[in-house]
Amino acid sequence: MTGENVNTVQHPTLELSSLDNLWFQVAGTLCNLKCNHCFISCSPTNDKFGMLSLSTVERTLEESVKYGVKEYYYTGGEPFMNAEIIPMLSATLRYGPATVLTNAILISDDMTEQLADIEASSSYSLEIRVSLDGFTPEMNDPIRGHNTFKRTVDGIRRLVKVGFLPIITAVKTWDDDRDLEVIGGFLQQMLDIGYSRPRLKLIPTLRIGAEPQRTHGYLEGEEITLDMMDGYDASQLICSNSRIMTDKGLYVCPILIDADDAKLGETLEDGLKPYELKHRACYTCYMSGAICSNASSSGEKLFAEKLSAHQ
Amino acid sequence: MNFNGQTYRRIAAFGGVYSNHIALEAMLNDVVHRDVEAIFCLGDLGAFGPHPNKVFSLLVQGGVNVMQGNYDNSIGNHLADCQCGYTDPRDNYFAKLSYDYTYANTDAQWKWWMKSLPTEFRIRLGRYNLLMCHGSPRKMNEFLWESTTPAHFLKKLTVDYHADVILAAHTGIHSYRALPQDKHFVNVGVIGRPANDGNTNVWYTLLTADEGLDVEFIPLHYSYRALAEEMNEEKLPAEFIETVETGWWTTCLEILPAKERKRGKW
Ligand code: SF4
Ligand code: SF4
Ligand SMILES: [Fe+2]
Repeated sequence: MTGENVNTVQHPTLELSSLDNLWFQVAGTLCNLKCNHCFISCSPTNDKFGMLSLSTVERTLEESVKYGVKEYYYTGGEPFMNAEIIPMLSATLRYGPATVLTNAILISDDMTEQLADIEASSSYSLEIRVSLDGFTPEMNDPIRGHNTFKRTVDGIRRLVKVGFLPIITAVKTWDDDRDLEVIGGFLQQMLDIGYSRPRLKLIPTLRIGAEPQRTHGYLEGEEITLDMMDGYDASQLICSNSRIMTDKGLYVCPILIDADDAKLGETLEDGLKPYELKHRACYTCYMSGAICSNASSSGEKLFAEKLSAHQ
Repeated sequence: MNFNGQTYRRIAAFGGVYSNHIALEAMLNDVVHRDVEAIFCLGDLGAFGPHPNKVFSLLVQGGVNVMQGNYDNSIGNHLADCQCGYTDPRDNYFAKLSYDYTYANTDAQWKWWMKSLPTEFRIRLGRYNLLMCHGSPRKMNEFLWESTTPAHFLKKLTVDYHADVILAAHTGIHSYRALPQDKHFVNVGVIGRPANDGNTNVWYTLLTADEGLDVEFIPLHYSYRALAEEMNEEKLPAEFIETVETGWWTTCLEILPAKERKRGKW
């Protein structure tokens, strides 16, 4: 595990204020892709974490009721590599809203129909978040792999066709001063494929997993110390309101499943204990705030003009 | 002022005035014929509309019990933004525009007044313990959308906060959820702008405790053209005026969950 802390700095311990968000590491670390910024180094062969079973999901959903869980999230690896993903989502939507994080490549026409059906029969929202890291193949494919731009965009098109409004999620691999140009590029690309009201969400990179080879790891002093929590709104940290279920048990957050001390037990009840924020990745969480919520950008043709007129 | 011990049979409640003094006046005229014992406003007095000062004296003279919303908390405490937590640059652009306008045009005495407003009300409605809050009982700016708020979560709120009925607003869309064991959650809607349903009317809520709890959403029609004209004179953005005239939300859409977003036009 990279980003391990070896010195003697004291770190804050964070209580779980309420279990609002329950994550399922539904495909373990198995993915059809092998992106070079993947923060848990997923790949077709990384089976450190395996597939979650439908029965574990059902048992955990039932346990979640008494803790008042508000939202359910599905991640991997690639959730659609799990053969039981559709029944899992269907079960989830009887309890509350579900969000799936996917690269959309494996979502076939047949599957989009099934997804649309289970969404329509629930009063809760089914959010599909599709990862894409550039608005052109030139920008995306060096990060996510050969021809992945086209395959993911095709997946988005299939989802849009049956009425989904997928949230396009891009890890921010460019500099701040290019934000407007890149956002504009994304929105235009989505309009071009017939996605008339695209939603876009940018997330910061996490310098763990495969990401340090792409850029650099954490620098000295990039960790959360006790005094840094003074006046800080800890509710921004995922671990203040979330836990994640994997095939190996319950972990503190989706980011740290590689860390030995991040496993808290087997059930949600085991996960109610506080956690010491001693990892370098915690520093990114601290600096960038709520990176896992569904809030997204909306597309509008006049936006770029308006902003430039304003500045 | 927290109304502990007060018992009513029938009340009216609404959220989000958003400086829409024309709808507020229409609502106060309408409610006179509805046989209610008290009127409650769940906060967010400013934003979006023109001439923010106009709503305050209407509320006070109308005898409305007013709670602080996140907008009022921001304006009253001179904060930099409305605390809606937008991350999208387009949403932020419009949110800032209306916030700066509202802040600049709200008199100091009303800022002071908003700062001192209570953040929850507790009353008895018939046999029910009723708790009113702006967003959720645990957080003023938490959104409790219909499609992202599980029944078991709402049930837990009623237990944690010792209430049979919880009223909230903040999202801008009214909804009602009957929960097990005669518990209830009601989003009372807003009178400041339409409910993103393609109709120009706005909504408020009547609650009556007789045999059980009766929840009635009242569509309120008002002179939206007059409001649009004032907004135009005040040079408020065309996007806001479009919402008033069409009933579709055009800005701050990022916070909408998939289902609510899909029901809208944009
Ligand atoms: S970033 Fe996502 S799509 Fe890419 S390898 Fe990791 S899990 Fe798979
Ligand atoms: S990585 Fe982030 S969410 Fe995970 S324990 Fe550290 S601070 Fe919490
Ligand atoms: Fe609000």
